[in-house]
Amino acid sequence: MKILVCITNVPDTTAKISFTDGDTKFNKTGVQYICGPYDDYALSRAVELKEQHGGTVTVLNVGEAESEQVIRKCLAIGADDAIRVNTEPTDSYFVAEQIAHIASQENYDLILMGRESIDFNSGVIHGLVGEMLGIPSLSPVMKLEIDGGVAKMTREIEGGKEDIEASLPLVLGCQEPIAEWKIPNMRGIMSARTKPLKVVEPVGVGLTITEKYALPAPKGAVKMIPAEEAEKLIDLLKNEAKVL
Amino acid sequence: MSVLVFAELDNGSIKKSSLEAIYYGSEVAKAKGSSVTVLAIGESSNEALAIAGKYGASKVLWASDARLNVASIQAYSSVLAEAVNATSAEFVILSKSSLGDAVSARVSAKLKASIVSNVVDLPDFSSGVTVKRSIYTGKAFATVALTADKKVIAIKKNAVNVVEGDGSASVENFAPSLNDADFAVKVTGTHKASGQVSLPEADLVVSAGRGLKGPENWGIVEDLANALGAATACSKPVSDLDWRPHHEHVGQTGIKVSPNLYIACGISGAIQHLAGVNSSKVIVVINKDPEAPFFKAADYGIVGDVFDVLPRLTKAIQAAK
Ligand SMILES: Cc1cc2nc3c(=O)[nH]c(=O)nc-3n(C[C@H](O)[C@H](O)[C@H](O)COP(=O)(O)OP(=O)(O)OC[C@H]3O[C@@H](n4cnc5c(N)ncnc54)[C@H](O)[C@@H]3O)c2cc1C
Repeated sequence: MKILVCITNVPDTTAKISFTDGDTKFNKTGVQYICGPYDDYALSRAVELKEQHGGTVTVLNVGEAESEQVIRKCLAIGADDAIRVNTEPTDSYFVAEQIAHIASQENYDLILMGRESIDFNSGVIHGLVGEMLGIPSLSPVMKLEIDGGVAKMTREIEGGKEDIEASLPLVLGCQEPIAEWKIPNMRGIMSARTKPLKVVEPVGVGLTITEKYALPAPKGAVKMIPAEEAEKLIDLLKNEAKVL
Repeated sequence: MSVLVFAELDNGSIKKSSLEAIYYGSEVAKAKGSSVTVLAIGESSNEALAIAGKYGASKVLWASDARLNVASIQAYSSVLAEAVNATSAEFVILSKSSLGDAVSARVSAKLKASIVSNVVDLPDFSSGVTVKRSIYTGKAFATVALTADKKVIAIKKNAVNVVEGDGSASVENFAPSLNDADFAVKVTGTHKASGQVSLPEADLVVSAGRGLKGPENWGIVEDLANALGAATACSKPVSDLDWRPHHEHVGQTGIKVSPNLYIACGISGAIQHLAGVNSSKVIVVINKDPEAPFFKAADYGIVGDVFDVLPRLTKAIQAAK
Protein backbone atom coordinates (compact mmCIF):
# COMPACT_ATOMS: atom_id res chain seq x y z
CA MET A 1 0.00 0.00 0.00
CA LYS A 2 1.29 3.44 -0.98
CA ILE A 3 0.27 6.25 1.34
CA LEU A 4 0.85 9.98 0.89
CA VAL A 5 0.53 12.08 4.07
CA CYS A 6 0.23 15.85 3.64
CA ILE A 7 1.44 17.85 6.61
CA THR A 8 1.45 21.50 7.62
CA ASN A 9 4.23 23.39 9.43
CA VAL A 10 2.29 25.58 11.85
CA PRO A 11 2.84 27.68 14.99
CA ASP A 12 2.55 25.69 18.21
CA THR A 13 -0.94 25.74 19.74
CA THR A 14 0.35 27.94 22.59
CA ALA A 15 2.07 30.46 20.27
CA LYS A 16 1.30 34.13 20.73
CA ILE A 17 0.01 35.47 17.42
CA SER A 18 1.25 38.86 16.18
CA PHE A 19 2.03 40.56 12.86
CA THR A 20 4.77 42.79 11.42
CA ASP A 21 5.42 44.99 8.36
CA GLY A 22 2.28 47.06 8.85
CA ASP A 23 0.19 43.97 9.66
CA THR A 24 0.99 42.29 6.34
CA LYS A 25 3.24 39.48 7.66
CA PHE A 26 3.00 36.91 10.42
CA ASN A 27 5.61 37.62 13.12
CA LYS A 28 7.70 34.43 13.39
CA THR A 29 10.00 35.79 16.11
CA GLY A 30 10.08 33.43 19.08
CA VAL A 31 7.41 31.15 17.59
CA GLN A 32 7.91 27.39 17.88
CA TYR A 33 6.68 25.44 14.84
CA ILE A 34 5.04 22.01 14.96
CA CYS A 35 3.44 19.50 12.62
CA GLY A 36 -0.30 20.31 12.61
CA PRO A 37 -1.99 18.25 15.37
CA TYR A 38 -4.56 16.80 12.94
CA ASP A 39 -1.79 15.98 10.43
CA ASP A 40 -0.02 14.17 13.25
CA TYR A 41 -3.06 11.89 13.62
CA ALA A 42 -3.02 11.22 9.86
CA LEU A 43 0.69 10.38 9.91
CA SER A 44 0.37 8.11 12.95
CA ARG A 45 -2.46 6.14 11.30
CA ALA A 46 -0.47 5.90 8.05
CA VAL A 47 2.51 4.42 9.92
CA GLU A 48 0.22 1.91 11.68
CA LEU A 49 -1.34 0.86 8.36
CA LYS A 50 2.11 0.38 6.87
CA GLU A 51 3.03 -1.84 9.83
CA GLN A 52 -0.14 -3.93 9.27
CA HIS A 53 -0.23 -4.12 5.47
CA GLY A 54 3.29 -3.29 4.27
CA GLY A 55 3.99 -0.54 1.75
CA THR A 56 5.40 2.97 1.99
CA VAL A 57 4.54 6.28 3.60
CA THR A 58 5.61 9.48 1.84
CA VAL A 59 5.31 12.83 3.60
CA LEU A 60 4.42 15.88 1.53
CA ASN A 61 4.69 19.47 2.69
CA VAL A 62 3.95 22.60 0.71
CA GLY A 63 6.22 25.05 2.46
CA GLU A 64 9.51 26.89 2.60
CA ALA A 65 12.87 25.50 3.81
CA GLU A 66 12.01 26.21 7.45
CA SER A 67 9.50 23.30 7.30
CA GLU A 68 12.32 20.78 7.09
CA GLN A 69 12.69 20.40 10.85
CA VAL A 70 9.08 19.25 11.09
CA ILE A 71 9.45 17.06 7.97
CA ARG A 72 12.46 15.31 9.58
CA LYS A 73 10.35 14.65 12.67
CA CYS A 74 7.71 12.98 10.47
CA LEU A 75 10.44 10.81 8.94
CA ALA A 76 11.60 9.93 12.47
CA ILE A 77 8.04 8.86 13.34
CA GLY A 78 8.12 6.33 10.51
CA ALA A 79 7.60 7.88 7.08
CA ASP A 80 9.97 6.49 4.42
CA ASP A 81 10.64 9.57 2.34
CA ALA A 82 9.48 13.16 1.92
CA ILE A 83 8.71 15.74 -0.73
CA ARG A 84 8.68 19.49 -0.11
CA VAL A 85 7.11 21.84 -2.63
CA ASN A 86 9.21 24.94 -2.23
CA THR A 87 6.68 27.75 -1.83
CA GLU A 88 4.72 29.67 0.77
CA PRO A 89 1.33 27.96 1.26
CA THR A 90 -0.83 31.06 0.81
CA ASP A 91 -4.08 29.93 -0.78
CA SER A 92 -6.14 26.73 -0.39
CA TYR A 93 -6.59 26.20 -4.13
CA PHE A 94 -2.89 26.72 -4.78
CA VAL A 95 -1.83 24.27 -2.03
CA ALA A 96 -4.30 21.67 -3.31
CA GLU A 97 -2.94 22.10 -6.84
CA GLN A 98 0.56 21.25 -5.57
CA ILE A 99 -0.67 18.14 -3.75
CA ALA A 100 -2.74 16.97 -6.73
CA HIS A 101 0.22 17.55 -9.05
CA ILE A 102 2.56 15.42 -6.90
CA ALA A 103 -0.10 12.76 -6.27
CA SER A 104 -0.88 12.38 -9.97
CA GLN A 105 2.72 11.25 -10.62
CA GLU A 106 2.34 8.09 -8.48
CA ASN A 107 -0.48 5.68 -7.74
CA TYR A 108 -1.21 6.36 -4.08
CA ASP A 109 -3.87 4.18 -2.45
CA LEU A 110 -4.48 6.71 0.28
CA ILE A 111 -3.85 10.43 0.55
CA LEU A 112 -4.20 11.38 4.21
CA MET A 113 -4.07 14.79 5.85
CA GLY A 114 -5.46 16.57 8.90
CA ARG A 115 -9.10 17.67 8.75
CA GLU A 116 -7.83 21.27 8.76
CA SER A 117 -4.64 23.23 9.38
CA ILE A 118 -4.49 25.14 12.65
CA ASP A 119 -3.23 28.36 11.04
CA PHE A 120 -5.94 28.97 8.44
CA ASN A 121 -8.50 26.36 9.60
CA SER A 122 -10.20 26.15 6.20
CA GLY A 123 -10.72 22.39 6.13
CA VAL A 124 -11.03 22.32 2.34
CA ILE A 125 -7.75 20.87 1.04
CA HIS A 126 -9.01 17.25 1.12
CA GLY A 127 -12.05 18.13 -0.97
CA LEU A 128 -10.09 20.22 -3.46
CA VAL A 129 -7.48 17.49 -3.92
CA GLY A 130 -10.13 14.76 -4.24
CA GLU A 131 -11.94 16.68 -6.96
CA MET A 132 -8.71 17.59 -8.79
CA LEU A 133 -7.76 13.90 -8.85
CA GLY A 134 -11.31 12.72 -9.58
CA ILE A 135 -11.51 10.46 -6.51
CA PRO A 136 -13.72 10.54 -3.39
CA SER A 137 -12.78 12.70 -0.41
CA LEU A 138 -14.07 12.30 3.13
CA SER A 139 -13.57 14.29 6.33
CA PRO A 140 -13.43 14.32 9.32
CA VAL A 141 -12.52 10.65 9.50
CA MET A 142 -12.08 9.32 13.04
CA LYS A 143 -11.63 5.61 12.32
CA LEU A 144 -9.96 3.91 9.33
CA GLU A 145 -9.44 0.21 8.62
CA ILE A 146 -8.31 -1.26 5.30
CA ASP A 147 -9.74 -4.60 4.16
CA GLY A 148 -8.51 -5.62 0.70
CA GLY A 149 -9.09 -2.64 -1.56
CA VAL A 150 -11.84 -1.24 0.64
CA ALA A 151 -11.61 1.35 3.41
CA LYS A 152 -14.01 1.06 6.33
CA MET A 153 -14.34 4.37 8.10
CA THR A 154 -16.23 6.35 10.69
CA ARG A 155 -16.85 9.99 9.90
CA GLU A 156 -17.99 12.57 12.43
CA ILE A 157 -21.22 14.35 11.55
CA GLU A 158 -23.01 17.03 13.54
CA GLY A 159 -24.31 15.40 16.71
CA GLY A 160 -22.93 11.95 15.95
CA LYS A 161 -21.09 9.81 13.44
CA GLU A 162 -21.65 7.65 10.37
CA ASP A 163 -20.06 4.43 9.13
CA ILE A 164 -18.74 4.54 5.57
CA GLU A 165 -17.26 2.13 3.06
CA ALA A 166 -15.44 3.10 -0.10
CA SER A 167 -12.92 1.60 -2.49
CA LEU A 168 -9.38 2.95 -2.68
CA PRO A 169 -7.95 5.34 -3.76
CA LEU A 170 -9.30 7.97 -1.37
CA VAL A 171 -8.41 11.37 0.05
CA LEU A 172 -9.16 11.59 3.78
CA GLY A 173 -9.09 14.45 6.29
CA CYS A 174 -8.28 12.88 9.67
CA GLN A 175 -8.96 13.68 13.30
CA GLU A 176 -8.74 11.90 16.65
CA PRO A 177 -9.22 9.15 17.70
CA ILE A 178 -8.01 7.69 14.36
CA ALA A 179 -4.64 6.91 16.04
CA GLU A 180 -2.55 7.87 19.04
CA TRP A 181 0.06 10.56 18.41
CA LYS A 182 3.47 8.89 18.01
CA ILE A 183 6.69 10.16 19.57
CA PRO A 184 9.89 9.51 17.59
CA ASN A 185 12.42 7.16 19.24
CA MET A 186 16.22 7.40 19.03
CA ARG A 187 16.49 4.92 16.16
CA GLY A 188 13.84 6.80 14.23
CA ILE A 189 15.63 10.10 14.76
CA MET A 190 18.95 8.64 13.59
CA SER A 191 17.49 7.03 10.46
CA ALA A 192 15.46 10.17 9.59
CA ARG A 193 18.69 12.03 8.87
CA THR A 194 19.46 9.92 5.84
CA LYS A 195 15.94 9.33 4.48
CA PRO A 196 15.33 11.04 1.10
CA LEU A 197 13.78 14.52 1.12
CA LYS A 198 13.11 15.78 -2.40
CA VAL A 199 12.52 19.48 -3.03
CA VAL A 200 10.43 20.48 -6.07
CA GLU A 201 9.20 23.83 -7.39
CA PRO A 202 5.49 24.79 -7.42
CA VAL A 203 3.05 24.82 -10.35
CA GLY A 204 0.02 27.04 -10.99
CA VAL A 205 -1.21 30.17 -9.25
CA GLY A 206 -3.45 30.96 -6.29
CA LEU A 207 -6.98 32.35 -6.51
CA THR A 208 -6.96 34.49 -3.37
CA ILE A 209 -4.55 37.09 -1.96
CA THR A 210 -4.20 37.79 1.76
CA GLU A 211 -3.82 41.55 2.03
CA LYS A 212 -3.77 42.31 5.74
CA TYR A 213 -3.97 40.80 9.20
CA ALA A 214 -5.59 42.03 12.41
CA LEU A 215 -5.88 40.96 16.03
CA PRO A 216 -9.25 40.83 17.80
CA ALA A 217 -10.19 43.78 19.99
CA PRO A 218 -9.03 43.14 23.57
CA LYS A 219 -11.66 41.75 25.90
CA GLY A 220 -13.12 44.16 28.51
CA ALA A 221 -12.71 43.44 32.22
CA VAL A 222 -14.55 40.44 33.66
CA LYS A 223 -17.47 41.19 35.98
CA MET A 224 -17.24 38.95 39.04
CA ILE A 225 -20.35 37.76 40.86
CA PRO A 226 -19.94 36.42 44.41
CA ALA A 227 -20.88 32.72 44.62
CA GLU A 228 -23.48 33.47 47.31
CA GLU A 229 -25.29 35.66 44.77
CA ALA A 230 -24.84 33.35 41.76
CA GLU A 231 -28.53 33.72 40.85
CA LYS A 232 -27.86 37.37 39.91
CA LEU A 233 -26.05 36.06 36.83
CA ILE A 234 -29.36 35.16 35.20
CA ASP A 235 -30.63 38.71 35.60
CA LEU A 236 -27.38 40.14 34.18
CA LEU A 237 -27.48 37.82 31.17
CA LYS A 238 -31.09 38.82 30.51
CA ASN A 239 -31.02 42.54 31.11
CA GLU A 240 -27.40 43.64 30.75
CA ALA A 241 -25.81 41.27 28.21
CA LYS A 242 -29.22 40.58 26.59
CA VAL A 243 -28.33 37.06 25.52
CA LEU A 244 -31.23 35.24 27.24
CA MET B 1 -23.93 37.73 -11.80
CA SER B 2 -26.35 36.16 -9.34
CA VAL B 3 -25.79 34.66 -5.90
CA LEU B 4 -26.40 30.99 -5.11
CA VAL B 5 -26.70 29.76 -1.52
CA PHE B 6 -26.20 26.10 -0.65
CA ALA B 7 -28.71 25.34 2.13
CA GLU B 8 -28.31 22.26 4.31
CA LEU B 9 -31.42 20.47 5.48
CA ASP B 10 -32.08 18.84 8.83
CA ASN B 11 -35.19 16.63 8.90
CA GLY B 12 -36.50 18.44 5.85
CA SER B 13 -36.09 21.96 7.23
CA ILE B 14 -33.41 24.46 6.29
CA LYS B 15 -30.81 24.54 9.05
CA LYS B 16 -30.54 27.74 11.08
CA SER B 17 -26.94 28.25 9.97
CA SER B 18 -28.10 28.00 6.35
CA LEU B 19 -30.83 30.59 6.92
CA GLU B 20 -28.00 32.87 8.03
CA ALA B 21 -26.14 32.03 4.81
CA ILE B 22 -29.26 32.88 2.79
CA TYR B 23 -29.53 36.25 4.53
CA TYR B 24 -25.81 36.84 3.94
CA GLY B 25 -26.35 35.95 0.28
CA SER B 26 -29.23 38.41 0.01
CA GLU B 27 -27.01 41.20 1.39
CA VAL B 28 -24.34 40.32 -1.21
CA ALA B 29 -27.00 40.35 -3.92
CA LYS B 30 -28.30 43.74 -2.74
CA ALA B 31 -24.80 45.20 -2.97
CA LYS B 32 -24.41 43.77 -6.47
CA GLY B 33 -27.93 44.60 -7.64
CA SER B 34 -28.81 40.97 -8.33
CA SER B 35 -30.93 38.21 -6.79
CA VAL B 36 -30.43 35.16 -4.58
CA THR B 37 -31.28 31.60 -5.48
CA VAL B 38 -31.08 28.82 -2.90
CA LEU B 39 -30.18 25.21 -3.61
CA ALA B 40 -31.65 22.61 -1.25
CA ILE B 41 -30.83 18.93 -1.65
CA GLY B 42 -32.76 16.00 -0.19
CA GLU B 43 -36.12 15.29 1.48
CA SER B 44 -38.18 18.40 2.23
CA SER B 45 -41.42 20.13 1.25
CA ASN B 46 -42.47 23.24 -0.68
CA GLU B 47 -43.65 24.92 2.53
CA ALA B 48 -40.42 24.19 4.40
CA LEU B 49 -38.33 25.61 1.57
CA ALA B 50 -40.47 28.70 0.87
CA ILE B 51 -39.22 30.00 4.28
CA ALA B 52 -36.04 31.00 2.44
CA GLY B 53 -38.02 34.02 1.18
CA LYS B 54 -38.08 35.48 4.69
CA TYR B 55 -34.31 35.67 4.50
CA GLY B 56 -34.24 37.40 1.13
CA ALA B 57 -34.23 34.57 -1.42
CA SER B 58 -36.49 34.85 -4.45
CA LYS B 59 -36.19 31.27 -5.65
CA VAL B 60 -35.32 27.85 -4.25
CA LEU B 61 -34.03 25.07 -6.48
CA TRP B 62 -34.98 21.76 -4.90
CA ALA B 63 -33.10 18.61 -5.90
CA SER B 64 -35.39 15.96 -4.44
CA ASP B 65 -34.04 12.85 -6.21
CA ALA B 66 -34.40 10.03 -3.64
CA ARG B 67 -30.77 9.00 -4.18
CA LEU B 68 -29.82 12.29 -2.50
CA ASN B 69 -31.65 11.61 0.77
CA VAL B 70 -28.42 10.51 2.43
CA ALA B 71 -25.90 13.34 2.22
CA SER B 72 -23.09 12.37 -0.16
CA ILE B 73 -20.14 14.73 -0.51
CA GLN B 74 -19.53 13.91 -4.16
CA ALA B 75 -23.14 13.84 -5.33
CA TYR B 76 -23.96 17.08 -3.51
CA SER B 77 -20.90 18.73 -5.05
CA SER B 78 -22.01 17.70 -8.53
CA VAL B 79 -25.51 19.05 -7.92
CA LEU B 80 -24.21 22.34 -6.53
CA ALA B 81 -21.79 22.84 -9.44
CA GLU B 82 -24.62 22.18 -11.89
CA ALA B 83 -26.83 24.70 -10.10
CA VAL B 84 -24.03 27.29 -10.24
CA ASN B 85 -23.85 26.84 -13.99
CA ALA B 86 -27.65 26.84 -14.41
CA THR B 87 -27.95 30.16 -12.54
CA SER B 88 -24.68 31.67 -13.85
CA ALA B 89 -23.87 32.50 -10.25
CA GLU B 90 -20.78 34.53 -9.49
CA PHE B 91 -21.02 33.94 -5.73
CA VAL B 92 -21.64 30.67 -3.91
CA ILE B 93 -22.44 31.23 -0.23
CA LEU B 94 -22.73 28.56 2.44
CA SER B 95 -22.36 28.12 6.15
CA LYS B 96 -19.24 26.37 7.44
CA SER B 97 -19.89 22.78 8.58
CA SER B 98 -18.23 19.45 7.96
CA LEU B 99 -20.52 18.81 4.98
CA GLY B 100 -20.20 22.42 3.83
CA ASP B 101 -16.38 22.29 3.95
CA ALA B 102 -16.26 19.13 1.87
CA VAL B 103 -18.87 20.20 -0.69
CA SER B 104 -17.61 23.77 -1.12
CA ALA B 105 -14.06 22.49 -1.66
CA ARG B 106 -15.04 20.08 -4.43
CA VAL B 107 -17.21 22.72 -6.07
CA SER B 108 -14.34 25.24 -6.05
CA ALA B 109 -12.12 22.70 -7.77
CA LYS B 110 -14.82 22.00 -10.38
CA LEU B 111 -15.33 25.72 -11.08
CA LYS B 112 -11.77 26.96 -10.53
CA ALA B 113 -13.28 29.33 -7.98
CA SER B 114 -11.62 31.37 -5.25
CA ILE B 115 -12.58 29.80 -1.92
CA VAL B 116 -12.46 31.48 1.49
CA SER B 117 -13.72 29.85 4.67
CA ASN B 118 -14.52 31.13 8.19
CA VAL B 119 -15.69 34.47 6.86
CA VAL B 120 -16.93 36.72 9.69
CA ASP B 121 -18.37 39.76 7.89
CA LEU B 122 -20.04 40.89 4.67
CA PRO B 123 -17.71 41.34 1.67
CA ASP B 124 -16.19 44.71 0.82
CA PHE B 125 -16.71 45.65 -2.83
CA SER B 126 -14.77 48.93 -2.78
CA SER B 127 -11.89 47.45 -4.77
CA GLY B 128 -12.58 44.01 -6.19
CA VAL B 129 -14.05 41.60 -3.62
CA THR B 130 -12.43 41.23 -0.21
CA VAL B 131 -13.65 39.41 2.89
CA LYS B 132 -12.60 39.30 6.53
CA ARG B 133 -11.96 35.80 7.80
CA SER B 134 -10.98 34.31 11.13
CA ILE B 135 -7.54 32.61 11.24
CA TYR B 136 -5.32 30.92 13.86
CA THR B 137 -8.45 29.34 15.37
CA GLY B 138 -10.02 32.65 16.28
CA LYS B 139 -6.81 34.28 17.49
CA ALA B 140 -6.60 36.69 14.52
CA PHE B 141 -8.29 37.90 11.33
CA ALA B 142 -7.16 38.25 7.72
CA THR B 143 -8.47 40.38 4.89
CA VAL B 144 -8.50 38.29 1.73
CA ALA B 145 -9.12 39.27 -1.90
CA LEU B 146 -10.96 36.76 -4.13
CA THR B 147 -9.46 37.04 -7.60
CA ALA B 148 -11.19 34.33 -9.69
CA ASP B 149 -14.42 34.91 -11.67
CA LYS B 150 -16.37 32.59 -9.39
CA LYS B 151 -16.18 33.00 -5.63
CA VAL B 152 -17.08 30.55 -2.87
CA ILE B 153 -17.59 32.05 0.59
CA ALA B 154 -18.12 29.84 3.66
CA ILE B 155 -19.34 31.90 6.61
CA LYS B 156 -18.84 31.39 10.31
CA LYS B 157 -21.83 31.58 12.67
CA ASN B 158 -22.83 35.18 13.49
CA ALA B 159 -21.11 36.60 10.37
CA VAL B 160 -24.16 38.76 9.77
CA ASN B 161 -27.03 40.12 11.89
CA VAL B 162 -30.05 38.36 10.45
CA VAL B 163 -33.23 40.42 10.02
CA GLU B 164 -36.28 38.35 9.09
CA GLY B 165 -38.59 39.79 6.45
CA ASP B 166 -41.96 38.56 5.19
CA GLY B 167 -41.08 37.46 1.66
CA SER B 168 -41.80 34.03 0.26
CA ALA B 169 -39.63 32.17 -2.22
CA SER B 170 -40.89 30.18 -5.18
CA VAL B 171 -39.78 26.55 -5.13
CA GLU B 172 -38.73 24.92 -8.39
CA ASN B 173 -37.80 21.34 -8.99
CA PHE B 174 -34.14 20.88 -9.95
CA ALA B 175 -33.24 17.63 -11.68
CA PRO B 176 -29.46 17.34 -11.87
CA SER B 177 -27.72 14.76 -14.01
CA LEU B 178 -26.21 12.27 -11.58
CA ASN B 179 -23.93 9.38 -12.39
CA ASP B 180 -22.95 6.24 -10.49
CA ALA B 181 -19.50 7.58 -9.61
CA ASP B 182 -21.23 10.21 -7.46
CA PHE B 183 -22.43 7.39 -5.21
CA ALA B 184 -19.19 5.38 -4.94
CA VAL B 185 -19.02 6.06 -1.20
CA LYS B 186 -21.51 3.99 0.81
CA VAL B 187 -22.90 5.14 4.15
CA THR B 188 -23.57 1.88 6.03
CA GLY B 189 -24.81 3.27 9.33
CA THR B 190 -25.68 6.54 11.07
CA HIS B 191 -25.46 7.10 14.82
CA LYS B 192 -26.99 10.39 15.84
CA ALA B 193 -28.30 11.58 19.16
CA SER B 194 -31.83 12.85 18.60
CA GLY B 195 -33.74 15.62 20.31
CA GLN B 196 -30.63 17.54 21.33
CA VAL B 197 -29.72 21.09 20.41
CA SER B 198 -27.00 20.86 17.74
CA LEU B 199 -23.74 22.28 19.11
CA PRO B 200 -22.39 24.14 16.04
CA GLU B 201 -25.83 25.73 15.50
CA ALA B 202 -26.59 26.60 19.12
CA ASP B 203 -27.03 30.19 20.35
CA LEU B 204 -26.44 29.07 23.93
CA VAL B 205 -23.84 26.53 25.04
CA VAL B 206 -23.18 25.01 28.49
CA SER B 207 -19.74 23.41 28.54
CA ALA B 208 -18.01 21.45 31.27
CA GLY B 209 -14.52 20.19 31.99
CA ARG B 210 -12.55 17.93 34.25
CA GLY B 211 -13.82 19.93 37.24
CA LEU B 212 -17.00 17.83 37.04
CA LYS B 213 -14.92 14.89 38.32
CA GLY B 214 -16.70 12.13 36.39
CA PRO B 215 -19.38 11.34 33.78
CA GLU B 216 -21.88 10.43 36.53
CA ASN B 217 -22.01 14.12 37.50
CA TRP B 218 -23.17 15.47 34.11
CA GLY B 219 -26.80 15.63 35.26
CA ILE B 220 -26.25 19.13 36.68
CA VAL B 221 -24.75 20.27 33.36
CA GLU B 222 -27.62 18.82 31.34
CA ASP B 223 -30.22 20.28 33.72
CA LEU B 224 -28.77 23.76 33.24
CA ALA B 225 -28.58 23.27 29.47
CA ASN B 226 -32.18 22.03 29.33
CA ALA B 227 -33.45 24.93 31.42
CA LEU B 228 -31.75 27.33 28.99
CA GLY B 229 -32.48 25.39 25.81
CA ALA B 230 -28.72 25.23 25.31
CA ALA B 231 -26.44 22.66 23.69
CA THR B 232 -23.86 20.83 25.83
CA ALA B 233 -20.12 20.82 25.12
CA CYS B 234 -16.97 19.68 26.90
CA SER B 235 -13.19 20.09 27.07
CA LYS B 236 -10.79 17.72 25.28
CA PRO B 237 -9.75 15.59 28.29
CA VAL B 238 -13.43 14.96 29.02
CA SER B 239 -13.99 13.43 25.58
CA ASP B 240 -10.57 11.70 25.64
CA LEU B 241 -11.64 10.02 28.90
CA ASP B 242 -14.92 9.02 27.22
CA TRP B 243 -16.96 10.89 29.80
CA ARG B 244 -18.76 12.59 26.89
CA PRO B 245 -19.07 11.81 23.16
CA HIS B 246 -16.38 13.17 20.87
CA HIS B 247 -18.74 15.46 18.94
CA GLU B 248 -19.12 17.61 22.08
CA HIS B 249 -15.39 18.39 22.27
CA VAL B 250 -14.71 22.08 21.62
CA GLY B 251 -11.40 23.86 21.18
CA GLN B 252 -8.48 24.08 18.84
CA THR B 253 -8.66 20.37 18.00
CA GLY B 254 -12.43 20.10 18.36
CA ILE B 255 -15.51 21.98 17.25
CA LYS B 256 -15.19 25.74 17.02
CA VAL B 257 -18.25 27.52 18.33
CA SER B 258 -19.34 31.15 18.28
CA PRO B 259 -22.65 31.23 20.20
CA ASN B 260 -24.22 34.25 21.87
CA LEU B 261 -23.52 32.72 25.28
CA TYR B 262 -20.87 30.19 26.35
CA ILE B 263 -20.97 29.03 29.98
CA ALA B 264 -17.78 27.21 31.03
CA CYS B 265 -18.08 25.04 34.14
CA GLY B 266 -14.99 23.54 35.77
CA ILE B 267 -12.79 24.26 32.73
CA SER B 268 -9.37 25.82 33.39
CA GLY B 269 -9.22 27.80 30.14
CA ALA B 270 -6.10 26.39 28.45
CA ILE B 271 -5.11 28.33 25.34
CA GLN B 272 -6.18 25.40 23.12
CA HIS B 273 -9.63 25.40 24.68
CA LEU B 274 -10.02 29.17 24.39
CA ALA B 275 -9.09 29.07 20.71
CA GLY B 276 -12.29 27.19 19.90
CA VAL B 277 -14.66 29.35 21.95
CA ASN B 278 -13.19 32.86 22.06
CA SER B 279 -15.46 34.26 19.37
CA SER B 280 -18.53 33.65 21.55
CA LYS B 281 -20.36 36.92 22.19
CA VAL B 282 -20.60 36.50 25.98
CA ILE B 283 -18.52 34.11 28.07
CA VAL B 284 -19.40 33.06 31.63
CA VAL B 285 -16.83 31.16 33.69
CA ILE B 286 -17.63 29.16 36.80
CA ASN B 287 -14.51 27.78 38.49
CA LYS B 288 -13.50 27.23 42.10
CA ASP B 289 -9.97 28.48 41.44
CA PRO B 290 -9.85 32.31 41.29
CA GLU B 291 -6.54 32.02 39.38
CA ALA B 292 -8.02 29.90 36.56
CA PRO B 293 -6.84 31.49 33.28
CA PHE B 294 -10.36 31.31 31.83
CA PHE B 295 -11.45 34.32 33.94
CA LYS B 296 -9.19 36.54 31.78
CA ALA B 297 -11.26 35.63 28.72
CA ALA B 298 -14.63 35.92 30.49
CA ASP B 299 -17.33 38.59 30.57
CA TYR B 300 -18.88 37.26 33.78
CA GLY B 301 -17.20 35.09 36.39
CA ILE B 302 -18.21 33.19 39.48
CA VAL B 303 -15.54 31.77 41.79
CA GLY B 304 -17.43 28.81 43.16
CA ASP B 305 -18.06 25.09 43.26
CA VAL B 306 -19.95 23.81 40.20
CA PHE B 307 -21.82 21.29 42.39
CA ASP B 308 -23.30 24.21 44.34
CA VAL B 309 -23.60 26.90 41.64
CA LEU B 310 -25.04 24.97 38.68
CA PRO B 311 -28.18 23.61 40.42
CA ARG B 312 -28.86 27.08 41.82
CA LEU B 313 -28.60 28.66 38.36
CA THR B 314 -30.95 26.02 36.96
CA LYS B 315 -33.49 26.84 39.70
CA ALA B 316 -33.15 30.57 39.08
CA ILE B 317 -33.85 30.12 35.38
CA GLN B 318 -36.88 27.94 36.04
CA ALA B 319 -38.17 30.49 38.57
CA ALA B 320 -37.71 33.34 36.07
CA LYS B 321 -39.81 31.59 33.42
C1 LIG C 1 -2.06 20.10 20.67
C2 LIG C 1 -3.08 20.25 21.74
C3 LIG C 1 -4.42 20.47 21.38
C4 LIG C 1 -5.40 20.61 22.37
N1 LIG C 1 -6.69 20.84 21.98
C5 LIG C 1 -7.64 21.05 22.92
C6 LIG C 1 -8.99 21.35 22.57
O1 LIG C 1 -9.34 21.38 21.39
N2 LIG C 1 -9.91 21.55 23.55
C7 LIG C 1 -9.58 21.49 24.88
O2 LIG C 1 -10.47 21.70 25.72
N3 LIG C 1 -8.33 21.20 25.25
C8 LIG C 1 -7.35 20.98 24.32
N4 LIG C 1 -6.07 20.67 24.71
C9 LIG C 1 -5.84 20.40 26.14
C10 LIG C 1 -5.67 21.66 26.97
O3 LIG C 1 -4.31 22.03 26.95
C11 LIG C 1 -6.09 21.41 28.43
O4 LIG C 1 -5.35 20.33 28.94
C12 LIG C 1 -7.58 21.11 28.61
O5 LIG C 1 -8.37 22.08 27.95
C13 LIG C 1 -7.93 21.08 30.08
O6 LIG C 1 -9.25 20.64 30.25
P1 LIG C 1 -10.08 21.05 31.56
O7 LIG C 1 -10.10 22.51 31.66
O8 LIG C 1 -11.37 20.34 31.48
O9 LIG C 1 -9.26 20.36 32.73
P2 LIG C 1 -8.26 20.98 33.78
O10 LIG C 1 -7.21 21.81 33.15
O11 LIG C 1 -7.86 19.87 34.66
O12 LIG C 1 -9.16 22.01 34.59
C14 LIG C 1 -10.19 21.66 35.46
C15 LIG C 1 -10.68 22.95 36.08
O13 LIG C 1 -11.80 22.66 36.91
C16 LIG C 1 -11.71 23.42 38.08
N5 LIG C 1 -12.48 22.72 39.10
C17 LIG C 1 -12.19 21.53 39.70
N6 LIG C 1 -13.17 21.18 40.55
C18 LIG C 1 -14.10 22.16 40.49
C19 LIG C 1 -15.34 22.38 41.16
N7 LIG C 1 -15.85 21.49 42.04
N8 LIG C 1 -16.03 23.49 40.86
C20 LIG C 1 -15.54 24.41 39.98
N9 LIG C 1 -14.39 24.25 39.33
C21 LIG C 1 -13.67 23.14 39.58
C22 LIG C 1 -10.24 23.54 38.38
O14 LIG C 1 -9.98 24.69 39.17
C23 LIG C 1 -9.64 23.64 36.99
O15 LIG C 1 -9.52 24.99 36.57
C24 LIG C 1 -5.07 20.52 23.74
C25 LIG C 1 -3.73 20.31 24.10
C26 LIG C 1 -2.75 20.18 23.12
C27 LIG C 1 -1.34 19.98 23.56
